[in-house]
Amino acid sequence: MGVQEQYPFDVEAVRADFPVLDRLVGGDPETPGEGPGDDTPLVYLDNAATSHTPDPVVDTISDYYRGYNANVHRGIHQLSQEASVAYEQAHDTVADFVGAAGREEIVFTKNTTEAMNLVAYAWGLEELGPGDNVVLSEMEHHASLVTWQQIGKRTGADVRFIDVTDEGRLDMDDAAALIDDDTEMVSVVHVSNTLGTVNPIAELAELAHDHGAYIFADGAQSVPNRPVDVKELGVDFLAFSGHKMCGPTGIGALYGREELLDAMQPYLYGGDMIRRVSFEDSTWEDLPWKFEAGTPSIAQGIAFAAAIDYLDDIGMDRVEAHEDLLAEYAYDELEALGGVEIYGPPGDERGGLVAFNVEGVHAHDLSSILNDYGVAIRAGDHCTQPLHDEMGIAASARASFYIYNTVEEIDALVDAVREARDLFA
Amino acid sequence: MGLGSDMYRQQILDHYKNPRNYGELEDPDFTHIGENPSCGDTIRMEVALDDAEETIEAVRFTGDGCAISMASASMLSERLHGMAVDDLDALDTDDITEMLGVDISPMRVKCAVLGRQVAQDGSKIHRGELDPDDRTNLEA
Repeated sequence: MGVQEQYPFDVEAVRADFPVLDRLVGGDPETPGEGPGDDTPLVYLDNAATSHTPDPVVDTISDYYRGYNANVHRGIHQLSQEASVAYEQAHDTVADFVGAAGREEIVFTKNTTEAMNLVAYAWGLEELGPGDNVVLSEMEHHASLVTWQQIGKRTGADVRFIDVTDEGRLDMDDAAALIDDDTEMVSVVHVSNTLGTVNPIAELAELAHDHGAYIFADGAQSVPNRPVDVKELGVDFLAFSGHKMCGPTGIGALYGREELLDAMQPYLYGGDMIRRVSFEDSTWEDLPWKFEAGTPSIAQGIAFAAAIDYLDDIGMDRVEAHEDLLAEYAYDELEALGGVEIYGPPGDERGGLVAFNVEGVHAHDLSSILNDYGVAIRAGDHCTQPLHDEMGIAASARASFYIYNTVEEIDALVDAVREARDLFA
Repeated sequence: MGLGSDMYRQQILDHYKNPRNYGELEDPDFTHIGENPSCGDTIRMEVALDDAEETIEAVRFTGDGCAISMASASMLSERLHGMAVDDLDALDTDDITEMLGVDISPMRVKCAVLGRQVAQDGSKIHRGELDPDDRTNLEA
């Protein structure tokens, strides 16, 4: 039986919702679209950076601007009411998707990074001080690593990093040693954007809570690709981005336990987040609006919910099964090629991405050559520079998969990698 | 064939695999190191000048990085021999892409010009026109 016959859903039907997948490319950014060199089918394998947007989500954005564009929470008129209701309900949709109690626990942000900064500023700057510590892992994305590193410098709190083993997993003995009674926050990536490792967040949550610390999971690479339930994981905070899960850019979410968000002071001040303002003082709106100052990304927020509806229609269990199938296939095929070093755990124990290097070929050269074959991958440090330093490499290539990717596209990747390897041999 | 493979014409691959003037000088007049941190490209250039300090007499480089940055540094090292210091100062991006003989995609230009920037900054530091603590970084 071919691998294709094991697809957990109709991938061709999904592909039909993404017109961009039909375009031709040729590595010429000066003349996008039809033109010299633009004659190769696109093989888009850069989904961990950003996913594409299906027609129903694009239509949602278009419907908003064409039909009921208005500011939220401040108009009595009909358009403002329609926009407000849709924008608020989008919070309910996101809350349901990750198992949160309700919209009170979901703050819309620009992206995962902003959600991380919200907690770091609103909670970290207030609560942390000398003698406290925050525990991260060596495989953190810069979104979490740089944020806590700088908050540590400003507050005097110690920032610690859980070791990553040679197999690309968290050293849980080290985690148990680092998390102590002075730990105030454990902030760990759920699925590594470089190693593909799926970290044991529930186990870390238990460790953190045993020591009276909170736990913050970076869900940027997990929420788009697998069922994530904040109650099952036992996390206090979770951050994720809309644009990696069929939604638009400019919208992401912070989940926070209601009592924690309630106790935190606002991170941004201004309009829309206040209840009563005098020259002397102000009081704050209810959750989550207390943390959403100024006019928010309204169309993007509503479209974020449409993206979640789209994924729910497929079913997150099946999205995960598809990711697993593609990641394992890519891992096995790249390994069989020879001269390829793959980072992270084996193919059957990872999220839907594979980072690797080809012997004798710099990742940027590899990406340039793959581009000629229409294959779009990421090359660089993937915002995990310290992890790359630990691995002793400056850069790596990364192929990352999503619901519309196929086994044939991975074959195209492997063929192009072979060509690049031979060109430099 | 599009821009990517075209970028790796025989000459570039040849200079990448067999870099010219690779190594160190016994008595350089100046040495400078530069990098593109996100690529991990690092280039170290050593330059010897004539007594009047007007003409480049010898160049050696070492480095680690992609084919574009290494080949460009190798080709530049050949070209710098006998070049007037003023002419080194005047080298611009077009001169480098012309030297490479291929179109460089916009995202890769910083790779192509790293070697030139290292040589120019090293020369300026030598003349006291640039702070010696400055490390050449095209992404800063």
